[in-house]
Amino acid sequence: MSEVLTAPLVVEFPFTRSLGPVQSAFLTGLRERTVLGVRARDGRVVVPPVEYDPVTADELRELVEVAPTGTVTTWAWNPSARRGQPLDTPFAWVLVRLDGADTALLHALDAPGPEAVRSGMRVRIRWAAERTGAITDIACFEPADDAAEQPHGRPHGGEFADPVTGITAPARLDYTYAPGRTQSRYIQGLAEHKTVGERCPACRKVYVPPRGACPTCGVATGEQVEVGPRGTVTTFCIVNIKARNLDIDVPYVYAHIALDGADLALHARIGGIPYDQVRMGLRVEPVWTEGARHPDHYRPTGEPDADYDSYKELI
Amino acid sequence: MSEPARGPVRDVAIVAFGQSEHVPDSAETSEVEMLMPVLHDVLARTGLKARDIDFTCSGSSDYLAGRAFSFTMALDGVGAWPPISESHVEMDGAWALYEAWVKILTGEADTALVYAYGKSSPGDLREVLTRQLDPYYVAPLWPDSVALAALQAQALIDAGHTDARELATIGAHRRGRPDAAPGRQVVGPLRTGDCPPVVDGAAAVVLAAGDTARRLADRPAWIRGLDHRIEAHALGVRDLTDSPSTRLAAEHAGAFDAPVDVAELHAPFTSQEVVLRRALRLDAPGSTVRINPSGGALAANPVMAAGLIRLGEAAAAVQRGDADRALAHATSGPCLQQNLVAVLEGER
Ligand SMILES: [Zn+2]
Repeated sequence: MSEVLTAPLVVEFPFTRSLGPVQSAFLTGLRERTVLGVRARDGRVVVPPVEYDPVTADELRELVEVAPTGTVTTWAWNPSARRGQPLDTPFAWVLVRLDGADTALLHALDAPGPEAVRSGMRVRIRWAAERTGAITDIACFEPADDAAEQPHGRPHGGEFADPVTGITAPARLDYTYAPGRTQSRYIQGLAEHKTVGERCPACRKVYVPPRGACPTCGVATGEQVEVGPRGTVTTFCIVNIKARNLDIDVPYVYAHIALDGADLALHARIGGIPYDQVRMGLRVEPVWTEGARHPDHYRPTGEPDADYDSYKELI
Repeated sequence: MSEPARGPVRDVAIVAFGQSEHVPDSAETSEVEMLMPVLHDVLARTGLKARDIDFTCSGSSDYLAGRAFSFTMALDGVGAWPPISESHVEMDGAWALYEAWVKILTGEADTALVYAYGKSSPGDLREVLTRQLDPYYVAPLWPDSVALAALQAQALIDAGHTDARELATIGAHRRGRPDAAPGRQVVGPLRTGDCPPVVDGAAAVVLAAGDTARRLADRPAWIRGLDHRIEAHALGVRDLTDSPSTRLAAEHAGAFDAPVDVAELHAPFTSQEVVLRRALRLDAPGSTVRINPSGGALAANPVMAAGLIRLGEAAAAVQRGDADRALAHATSGPCLQQNLVAVLEGER
């Protein structure tokens, strides 16, 4: 059994999202320590407010200011806070119906322990010290046994100076990437400067890099076949724009290369020859640099060009 | 008021079902390596070759394993070249089955292969699932999937619909260990016994119409009704103690027209089984329905495949003769946000 490789993989995006008029008013309001809801078609005040009616999908625009105090409708004790959550100590997740609202808002409640939390308890917003117009402008809720209910909201025009029109929501997920048996074998081969494809037991085609299955036959490829190291340029393009973080002078050539013995072309950069002299049929071989995990580029072997018929099926 | 009940325009059946072993960590295998044996198994049960399939539809999510366009790689395992008629949903495979069913109803296909897979082991599933939430008001708080289910469980307890003891009993029975302790608290009130195991796995079914189905299987599991409905995405707008979308889907699928022998419910959390049993009226006096004889998602919950597996398990019960009429349910989103219900029957 081969050793299966794994590697850390971080997927991270700073999502930039624009806001509609209702979301903009709500998030700008949070920045100004004002909580707005929107009146739905059935008369309910929805907090946090939505642009469209949750039942009828009608456009909603009638804003209502509600209180920063409210009542917990349900809760869940979170004994260990996870990355990105509102508090880094144990806390309760809560749905809170703010006074003047008919629906509940999800957030965190700072409480000493689960025995201090119950549905029906009174809470109030703890505002973040620095507010930017985001749901996290509410730092969390805190218990407020003394806060009297303020049952009615007040109409609000939703107008603020310098309204927030968008949010940037960073999202990061951490993975341990595992490429599986087939690709692990391929990568292990590269470590020995070998390019190892796999043969389909049905149609006998050799795939490189191998992905574990023959896409024509739908069966597992298993038999390992060392291909190359030499190959033939089947087609190519000239790159004129410098990629970020890539220390290669432009223009350069990126090519599909059919390694000898392979039935699928892989792609790589061509070096060691002026870019305008690269051609289909050019015979090339890999150039390895110290410590590299794959060929740095391919260069001409000096052999005569390959016959078009010998690689036309691989273009 | 509702339209008069009418059956589907074509008879379509599930004729085969297969699934992988569901394992906590499948680092040994890529998606296609995990999926391919299941595809071969399910095709072998019908005697069909991949080339004989008119339409292929799959369900999966790239967010699980962090592999972009992983479904295109998985297609290698089908034998998708030269090009086949194919589609994909970024949803549980139950919704891929729905698409395939509609395709067959239109007459554009007589057979369909439906598959789904999920590899949760490379990432942190509780975090990954936060990315399906409202990106403006909810996702920035990173409420994980167990926390949201726990809010629903507490609402159920507060409403008097269940208690910790009943939840623990459900969890223990579904795992086939009636004496098991409920485990440590994950997010209160939910304990480890209330939460689904995080596993990697794959599943596939074959659908066929009319006489083709009769030719491919001794006892096809005929789809008598299939419907799916969704609720508002804001948790605070919904009544978390009820599942009106499940009930509506069940009505449209004809689930209440006659009692069912078996119900396969996609309830990843014990508390969600309580909600579903109420919405589907499975606990009515005199009811003899067997709920989740497979163990359901509490026994194995390969995300993106667990809903399709409910349809497959219900169909398998019909095909084996263990049930004449079975209900299958699949869910998607936090706290049972979206629900699909199918009614399957064998010929008597
Ligand atoms: Zn082949």
